[in-house]
Amino acid sequence: MSNAWSIYIIVFSLVNILGCLWLIRWTSKKRTDEAGQGDVTGHTWDDTLQEYNNPLPRWWLWLFYLTIIFAFIYMVLYPTVGNYAGILGWTQTGQYQDEMDEAEKSYGVIFKAYAAKPVADLAKDPQAMDSGYRLFLNNCATCHGSDAGGLAGYPNLADKAWLYGGTPEAIKISILEGRNGVMPPMGAGMNEQQLETISAYVMSLGGREMDDAKVAQGKTQFDSMCSACHGATGKGNQALGAPDLTDNIWLYGGTPGLIKESIQKGRSGKMPAHRDLLGEEKAHLLAAYVYSLSQ
Amino acid sequence: MSHEKVETNIGLMAILIIIAISLGGLVEIVPLFFLKETTEPVKGLQPYTALQLEGRDIYIREGCYTCHSQMIRPFRAETERYGHYSVAGEFVYDHPFQWGSKRTGPDLARVGGLYSDEWHAVHLINPRAVVPESNMPSFPWLEHNFIDAKLTPKKLSAMQFLGVPYKDADISNAEAAVSGKTELEALIAYLQVLGTAIKTKR
Repeated sequence: MSNAWSIYIIVFSLVNILGCLWLIRWTSKKRTDEAGQGDVTGHTWDDTLQEYNNPLPRWWLWLFYLTIIFAFIYMVLYPTVGNYAGILGWTQTGQYQDEMDEAEKSYGVIFKAYAAKPVADLAKDPQAMDSGYRLFLNNCATCHGSDAGGLAGYPNLADKAWLYGGTPEAIKISILEGRNGVMPPMGAGMNEQQLETISAYVMSLGGREMDDAKVAQGKTQFDSMCSACHGATGKGNQALGAPDLTDNIWLYGGTPGLIKESIQKGRSGKMPAHRDLLGEEKAHLLAAYVYSLSQ
Repeated sequence: MSHEKVETNIGLMAILIIIAISLGGLVEIVPLFFLKETTEPVKGLQPYTALQLEGRDIYIREGCYTCHSQMIRPFRAETERYGHYSVAGEFVYDHPFQWGSKRTGPDLARVGGLYSDEWHAVHLINPRAVVPESNMPSFPWLEHNFIDAKLTPKKLSAMQFLGVPYKDADISNAEAAVSGKTELEALIAYLQVLGTAIKTKR
């Protein structure tokens, strides 16, 4: 704040408080031209309504003075006016930092101890998993559900199927850096007949009984169009986040219509990065919690 | 000047009352219009794009601010959940700001990037589809309504008039930038930029 504004604020604030003091003094002063104490003032409203000239009760008047005394003490102690910092040195960010430091003192050690343990061990520690569950509810449940069961488009974290790998390291990377899964739309180079056969093959991979002729036709298409990501056997590729098509788990739904839609229009899944929000230590604990769900 | 003179002269009393009550505003409000802390944008803050600005208007029209605040206070309980506390310089291009004062739903000051676009689309159309315990209303019409692109350049020039540094090219391109876009797309574009000027969340 520039000095001019600082002085402007200081002057106005002092004028305001001193003005109040002057007003109280001035209104409680005895005047010879006014009615004496206990007499009517002589003002008459509505023909008969009159007013006595009584002083304010002492205790009431003193409350006014006390607020003024309080104001001056407060102004000296705290950063009240302009650039004046106050003798206590209080700041809003300082108070926030104190709060954070204090929390770091009591909780920081806990997270540090957790971070030092390997994920697999941490996953067996019930107290750590209690903390992990709370972190999960606050940060993950919005998409993956409070039971980690997932939704269409948001993978189930409690089963054995993993898009990017279920090792502690892979889970931690997913949390910290996020993931971008892209299934490109394949519909442009495909007619209705081809869509039918290729989806039949994909469903047969998942273990469903399909028309053999369609499946055979679909397989040739799959080999040329899909195997680059999903693998020749349809087992998927965790390096790309391409799902395993043989486990009968369908991220975007397993009905014939939804499978066709996935092939035709493509899908994109985005797991946002949480490094900035959670930090390394909490992500470690969360990874352990997520890891524990499928153990 | 006696007590009686003030009490029996309503014009004089009105003037004295105005002087008394304007002192507070002169000290607490007027300096804010001229201080660097409140008028300079934080580093990296961009004016809303045409689509984001339209989304902001949808946010206001649907009354999102009645249940969602956009102001993270400097308390640990808030920064743990929402990220870095809000600073004045993040809101200099907001006319008017959407700080709100009530949180039936969570604070949205840093919701940008927290969820995917697809999540927002599903969630706005039917919140229960992704968060079963949510009590947020559904906004199914957003995906069917289109932005009135004719009005967009006018909105940008109004913002330019208020001091948002739009270039004239931004305004002339605004109509093309939003035509054919749904209200849903606009609102998601707005939500995804909220609070992203400050990259460190803590």
